[in-house]
Amino acid sequence: MRVLDVAGLAHVYPDGHQALYGVDLHVDSGERVALLGPNGAGKTTLVLHLNGILLPAAGSVTVSGMPVTKPNLQEVRRRVGIVFQDPDDQLFMPTVRDDVAFGPRNLGVRGAELDRRVLEALDQVGMVEYVDRPPHHLSFGQRRRVAVATVLAMRPEILVLDEPSSNLDPASRRELADILRSLDVTVLMVTHDLPYALELCPRSVVLSGGVMVADGPTRALLTDEELMRAHRLELPFGFDPRNVPVPEGG
Amino acid sequence: MGAGHGHRLHYHGHSPVHRAEPHHKLLALVGFVLLVVATPGDAYPFFAGYLAVLAAVVARSGVPPSYLLKRTVVELPFVVFALIVPFVSRGPQTEVWGVTVSEPGLVAAGALLMKGTLGVLASLLLAATTEPHDVVRGLERLRMPAPLVQILSFMVRYLDVVGDEMGRMRTALASRGFTARNPRHWPVIARSAGALFIRSYERGERVHLAMLSRGHAPGERA
Repeated sequence: MRVLDVAGLAHVYPDGHQALYGVDLHVDSGERVALLGPNGAGKTTLVLHLNGILLPAAGSVTVSGMPVTKPNLQEVRRRVGIVFQDPDDQLFMPTVRDDVAFGPRNLGVRGAELDRRVLEALDQVGMVEYVDRPPHHLSFGQRRRVAVATVLAMRPEILVLDEPSSNLDPASRRELADILRSLDVTVLMVTHDLPYALELCPRSVVLSGGVMVADGPTRALLTDEELMRAHRLELPFGFDPRNVPVPEGG
Repeated sequence: MGAGHGHRLHYHGHSPVHRAEPHHKLLALVGFVLLVVATPGDAYPFFAGYLAVLAAVVARSGVPPSYLLKRTVVELPFVVFALIVPFVSRGPQTEVWGVTVSEPGLVAAGALLMKGTLGVLASLLLAATTEPHDVVRGLERLRMPAPLVQILSFMVRYLDVVGDEMGRMRTALASRGFTARNPRHWPVIARSAGALFIRSYERGERVHLAMLSRGHAPGERA
């Protein structure tokens, strides 16, 4: 089933700057897809269209058959869960519990069901024991995991992660990868961390200059030197995707 | 992060004062402060009584008195003002330690100091025995308008984040040899304050986006 369908999406900012020039992207249920691209390619602009924070100047975004338009916003925002890059932007409530409850509460969930959702989401990211702690007492990696839980609590159909591995130490980065692999949810992951994309996402797409320039198996894209060079994508020193065993296909 | 456990004003404990409902403590504080302020400035036995009550609550709370006293430095500007009053007030003059001062000024200064100190100590005791977000909850229970409660809870949440950011900016300035001693450097401080303001404003926008993304509908209570 098609969870996400973006067709001919164009966006012009109010100051006249055009960020997207007809982007096509589709993600099927159960897929994990990496969205790659250099800085300024329009990745964030694209992400903000997926749940209707920005509305398209042209083209369309459809989530599980529902077009992203003003009347559908509430349901679209339940279906598309965005985890922002800086967990301090996402976690604004006094305690972890309140924060994870924020989304479901906006959807009208109350009482015992709300508690159950909160604990379930925190359990999925291994943070149940921190439920009554203030977010600013947690480590950065823990805050990122709680940020993921705040979105999981809304039972999204697709999880959109903006730079999930940024600022994480290697252990936290690996823990987060384990968590993401264990989730039974469709994932679109925006990242500059190409080894992370290879590890987690069998398929990748490349956005550059406001258009989709590539879509294919992650390993094939990362070993396409011409494509990589043309779009300012670079692998870390000494990293060769050909020598990496990849868990699931790719 | 830098804040460690609990807030700087909070003193961890499990006394009955710590456990009391935040909105009861808030009401008690406001009542106490109003009572102190409404007492005539020369009713010294009453002030002694207030101090005794306060001391008893402090003792019950288990917060060391020195912990509270150290934090009364916030009162310093008022102390300075109180010390000036006897010298600038009019009315009958009197002599204290060989210095001629105004008598009503002296009484006024004494009243200001007593009332101020009692109020500050009581407020510090509330802060020491109540976590910031519980204070916000207490205000909510007391039917403070929701937008104000939200603003306060955001302030509580982001005070440390912005404080850390300011600390990092200060470290970065100092690492490039900046010292704030020379008045010629003040524009730099003004510019960092501006940068901090803009960063906080932008953070506010990002937080708002994150809230909208989780289905927050403006006008609803968080």
